[in-house]
Amino acid sequence: MTDTVSTTPVLEFRNVNTHYGPVQILNGVNITIAEGEMVCLLGGNASGKTTTLKTILGMVTPTSGEVLLDGEVISGMSTTHIVERGVSMVPENRRLFARMTVLENLEIGAYLRSDDLTEDLERIFELFPRVKERLAQKAGTLSGGEQQMVAVGRAMMSRPKVLLMDEPSMGLAPVLVAQNFDIIERINKAGTTVFMVEQNANMALSIADRGYVLQTGEIVLADTAENLLANPQMRAAYLGHTE
Amino acid sequence: MSTTRSITDFETKDVVIQGALAALAISFIAAIGMLGEFNNRILITSLLSLGYLAIGWIPILFGYRASAEETIEGIDPPIKGPRDLLVGGTVGAIAGIVVSAFAWLAASVDLTGVFIHTGPGMRSALTFGQGIGFGSLLMIVFCTALGVFGAALHVMTPTVRSVIGVALGTTIVIAIFEADAKELFKGFRIRGVASILYSPTGGLTIVSAAAVTALVVAIKVYGKGHGPRVVYERVKLHHTSQTPEMQRRNSWIWGAAGFAVYLVIPQILGKSLSETAVTVGLFLVLGLGLNIVVGQAGMLDLGYVAFFAVGAYGIAMLTSPFRPAQWIPQLDFWVALPIVIIVAAFVGILIGTPVIRMRGDYLAIVTLGFGEIIQKLFLSDWWKPVVGGAQGITNVPSVSIGPVEFAGANSKMVFYLVAILVAGVFVLSHRLQYSRVGRSWAALREDEQVAEAMGINTVTAKLLAFAIGAVIAALAGALFAAKVGSVFPSSFKLLVSLVILVVIIVGGLGSLRGIAVGAIVLIGVLGGPTLPGLLREFGRFKLLIYGVILIYMMLKRPEGLLPSVLRSRELHHSELTQDAWLDKAGDFEEDEEVTA
Repeated sequence: MTDTVSTTPVLEFRNVNTHYGPVQILNGVNITIAEGEMVCLLGGNASGKTTTLKTILGMVTPTSGEVLLDGEVISGMSTTHIVERGVSMVPENRRLFARMTVLENLEIGAYLRSDDLTEDLERIFELFPRVKERLAQKAGTLSGGEQQMVAVGRAMMSRPKVLLMDEPSMGLAPVLVAQNFDIIERINKAGTTVFMVEQNANMALSIADRGYVLQTGEIVLADTAENLLANPQMRAAYLGHTE
Repeated sequence: MSTTRSITDFETKDVVIQGALAALAISFIAAIGMLGEFNNRILITSLLSLGYLAIGWIPILFGYRASAEETIEGIDPPIKGPRDLLVGGTVGAIAGIVVSAFAWLAASVDLTGVFIHTGPGMRSALTFGQGIGFGSLLMIVFCTALGVFGAALHVMTPTVRSVIGVALGTTIVIAIFEADAKELFKGFRIRGVASILYSPTGGLTIVSAAAVTALVVAIKVYGKGHGPRVVYERVKLHHTSQTPEMQRRNSWIWGAAGFAVYLVIPQILGKSLSETAVTVGLFLVLGLGLNIVVGQAGMLDLGYVAFFAVGAYGIAMLTSPFRPAQWIPQLDFWVALPIVIIVAAFVGILIGTPVIRMRGDYLAIVTLGFGEIIQKLFLSDWWKPVVGGAQGITNVPSVSIGPVEFAGANSKMVFYLVAILVAGVFVLSHRLQYSRVGRSWAALREDEQVAEAMGINTVTAKLLAFAIGAVIAALAGALFAAKVGSVFPSSFKLLVSLVILVVIIVGGLGSLRGIAVGAIVLIGVLGGPTLPGLLREFGRFKLLIYGVILIYMMLKRPEGLLPSVLRSRELHHSELTQDAWLDKAGDFEEDEEVTA
């Protein structure tokens, strides 16, 4: 693992094990994410990627090991408390509240805040001017790309320290995938730490700083994005190149 | 281009099927005894009884439907004409023939083993008391004429149709609600009108029926452009054009006017209409409470009556001098009420805790079980020392505020109490809907997992819905106990839960105005689980009609009579996304896909 930052990591997994009943899902997972980084977690189906995100959000409690946010142990806390401490997620397939308006969706993103939302809304409109045009529209009637903007906006409304992205390229046309990764990059450049789970390794590594590869619940590779892209083992298994 | 159709241009099969369906409906209504029982109720002297109204609308409806044409977009509908009348008449004639055959069958074969009401009474009613031969002919003529009338309604222009429909409808409504109208006339101190309208033996006289019809036609024709909607729009326009100060002053005037109306209403309604209004009010409160759980938080609770029972028993156990557990101190209603509220909230959380992990059907079944358990507990020997078992608790004192007593028997006084409760719960529901909690419920209903990921504490939100729903039901229960003066386990059956649910579904889940309409239509007009509504004659057939209404609503208008915007969006959402997909399908330049 190449250590680029020396300060306290924003998010850290320390030897986390997770079980669903008798089945072990995560096996001694160690992940470190520094502030401002964009890190991706790669892996095939059923490798434990989504469980990793659920563990961060407290929807799954690790059987051993701990998850730390800003040096504070958050594993074992309720989802509400974890979200309050600065984690938010853009779920797989966006999953907007389809029958509510765009504005209502954004407001629910800020559910745990009771202060003024104008500034945050402005920030989101600045990032995604199209969202502003659609505020009164039902979220379900938006196009896929616009939905992704609202989903990211909704997650940003809680002013997260870490933004989790679950399969941002899932179910999107290739042009949209590119647009989507552009959105993520902009969010990251604007200062939010991004932890992204993705099957599309090529795409993810092209914008991420670092990457982890998860295989049946174990981290098998961890390196900078460039090194991973160049790694022959990686290329064979995930990047669809055989040499 | 529109085309005139030849007189024989119709599908024989369709006409026969429509006629047979009409006959089936008429025979069914006769066989279950509705016709016979309703025949005792005269609507228009020597012209129409409620019984013949109950079967008469069927040939009209089927005649109308059979002659109507499915409109296909892009093709002009054919010109209406004699062909439609012929179709309607044929449908009616077929219905009449089949019904006569049914009457003849009932005469020759004993069907009373299956349908107890198919005896001589029904046969005589189906043949207009004229014997099977001439009577059958009369029935065929009767159905044919009504079929033609139905078709004629279709052929005429919409304006004429609406005039005739409203005129006949008004006359029939005035005839059906004779007793209630008389009481209203009494309330308005114009009892004389009633004696002119109605004959002493019951029912409108032919002259008064004709006069009422003519009057309504005249109003419809000459009063055009002055209808209530036009007036409302004008008032609204006037209101919005005012300055804020004027509006504020006006809202005070409106408030005072509302309060005056509130004071006067029971005096005008009289005793029996006030009684109906009280029942409607209690069910409206229950409906609003259940709407918080089902409509807002999206949890289908089939055991809601449990909380109603907790409220009623709570008050009875604490206030009755005959309470079985004498060691419990006897309290005043207003002291007991806060205790009951707290207990109800606690019971709501207690029942809610194990069931909120479940969803949809499973939640419904488990809550159904809890509802039954609570009723059985109140009935059990185990709890008998406290709640009195099957004998229940009697002599529950009525509510009083200072010197003013709201005696249960005096429904006019109880109305004042119930109206306040209704208003309070209405305001509460309205505010909850647009509150933070209301927003979290809406999110929960849409996507529980994502709602959780947004930081909404789903457990708390759901338990809160259960607790608030329970407290509202308990308030209704407390008032119910104090009004009726006694509580028995039999008052808290599953049927009560279902009726409340039907009220909010028919009215419009999630829509407060809709629930009010649902309560008035179902509880007020048809009657509640035990008490009769305005249509006393329907008492025995109430549940049948409930069922028919529910099925019809589910098929034709699942969002309810007065739907909430969000809910109807939800129900028509799939259509919406399909349309969105269609819009995009021919439009690949957009380079964006729409997910369903």
